[in-house]
Amino acid sequence: MKYSIILSISKTHLLSRKRQSIVAALGVTFGIGAYIILMSFMTGLNGLLDGLILNRTPHVHMFNEQEPSALQPIDRDPEYKGTFRVVRSVKPKTEIPRIHNAIPLMELFEKDPRVKGVTRQVRAQGFYIAGSTQLTASLLGVDVVKEAKQYNLNDYLVNGKARELAENENGILLGKGAADKMAAKIGDIIQVGTVKGDIFHLKVVGFYQSGLADVDNVQSYVNLKTAQRIVGESHDYITDINLKLYDMEDAPAMSKEIQIHYDVNATDIQTANAQFETGTTVRTMISYAVSITLLIVAGFGIYNILNMLIYEKMNDIAILKATGFSGKDVRNIFMSQALIIGFAGGVIGLLVGLGVSILISKTPFETQALPTIKTYPVNFNPAYYLVGIIFALISTFFAGFFPSRRAKNIDPVDIIRGQ
Amino acid sequence: MKALEARNINKYFHKPVDFQVLKDISLSIDKGEFVSIMGKSGCGKSTLLYILSTMDTEYEGELFLGGELITGMSSDSLSAIRNSHIGFVFQFHYLLSEFTVLENVMLPAKKLGRKSLEEVEHDAYEKLILLGIEDQALKLASRISGGQKQRVAISRALINDPIIVMGDEPTGNLDSKNSENVFRIFKELSEEQGLSLLVVTHDADFADRTDRIIHMEDGKIIQV
Repeated sequence: MKYSIILSISKTHLLSRKRQSIVAALGVTFGIGAYIILMSFMTGLNGLLDGLILNRTPHVHMFNEQEPSALQPIDRDPEYKGTFRVVRSVKPKTEIPRIHNAIPLMELFEKDPRVKGVTRQVRAQGFYIAGSTQLTASLLGVDVVKEAKQYNLNDYLVNGKARELAENENGILLGKGAADKMAAKIGDIIQVGTVKGDIFHLKVVGFYQSGLADVDNVQSYVNLKTAQRIVGESHDYITDINLKLYDMEDAPAMSKEIQIHYDVNATDIQTANAQFETGTTVRTMISYAVSITLLIVAGFGIYNILNMLIYEKMNDIAILKATGFSGKDVRNIFMSQALIIGFAGGVIGLLVGLGVSILISKTPFETQALPTIKTYPVNFNPAYYLVGIIFALISTFFAGFFPSRRAKNIDPVDIIRGQ
Repeated sequence: MKALEARNINKYFHKPVDFQVLKDISLSIDKGEFVSIMGKSGCGKSTLLYILSTMDTEYEGELFLGGELITGMSSDSLSAIRNSHIGFVFQFHYLLSEFTVLENVMLPAKKLGRKSLEEVEHDAYEKLILLGIEDQALKLASRISGGQKQRVAISRALINDPIIVMGDEPTGNLDSKNSENVFRIFKELSEEQGLSLLVVTHDADFADRTDRIIHMEDGKIIQV
């Protein structure tokens, strides 16, 4: 009863000055709408950009670097111990770039509770043979199904599916750049020459586009076995092992651990892509800064309008108090007006934000980097909508708080006497 | 039985200079009594009325309403007392201009919350009929004449069946015909319904016809 009468008074106040109420609510609408649009778009874009790196990059990458021995033979000779030695023209060790004991190593990581997925790769160098011209080729032999699952390989295929490669032992997912140069179509048979002089015939099952021209001109995906055949090695020949972890933050520690325990090089994603997290943080910060600024401006608008309203309503306030409404009742009347404005403006703002977000998500957006993305990425996370409406209520609460408190403290005798 | 009793009320103003407005005022009003307060401008009669109406709480002395001491109560309790036991009629009509006449009258009863909305509306109509303005009930309060407004204000003062109705020059802004009307209504209320009335007025004719006149001068009661 008590609240219904307070609400009916604030409703009458709001409705009897529709234009002011609408302007005040519009301020909130703009603030919240802008917040929703900014956050949806920014985080959508962030997700896309992060995905570009995170989805493609293993959290820990193991490989065998071909490098000169740290200890040259002369260093081991006790006769020259303590002398100053110079070795010129040091060459890398002659060894094939395989990871030693790759299979047991993989089994070990499969059991590690931190690891979400283990994939192996075989890198093979060669040439695409197109008539009399030869183009450099870098073939990556993978377990296609696993690779697609862990690193979203399908997102980077312009035509064809990763599964088709798995079904065709002699298939190849040809780099888009190379394919264009050779005018290759799906279903064509292309020739790949190896360093040793062998020639393999591979059937094009799809085109791979990473967005980096240099990569696309050279790199192609083939089955693991095909790559092992091309390099002429057995089934335990593995050049790279990639780990995907449950928690990305474990990567640096893990890569260190691996380097100490096993005879293999390991790099983690943080070292490989130090810049990307900074970008994400800064973009999120800017979005919040802009939205909060808009809401503060809207808050001042409401503060002003309520202040004016209270000046105009001095007589009403006095009469309400004289007829038995307490200071708290009067405060609640104005407070509820602020919150109604905030809530209505906020809800409309959410709807406007949702509408514009949908519009943005339908806007064409073509990027070389992600061939499967056709429109702008938008994040429709409901959490932002919840935060938005809470923002609206909090900012209008503060905007209404001081004018309402003033109304509460108005002495009716002063007003009545002043007439 | 005494409707209202004040004992040794003193009141000071501190701005712009220290000044004692009310000096040791004691008075009482019986149930059903129609009392008027007269005095020159600045003698403190309005100030006294605001103290008696519980709106002004900065005073020394004791105030009883219906035999109960109300001095020193919290402002929320005083609001509740004003709501249920005191009706107030001002010189200026003081209606909420954005509400209809009926809503204005209903408001204090809705605040009291003792009756259902239908009962409150029924009561409000009764009070409007009593004052002869039921035909204006659904008009906006800003759309009726001054005399009508004052009668609406009286209806509102009566809605919760108060112990006492106070008026601060309730006829001060009305022509003689409307003044006469308001006086007649007050008189009827006190005689027929046993309502206590306390009215501050400048109008000697008005005051002469009340049960008792309290004359004030320089913050003191000089003649009862």
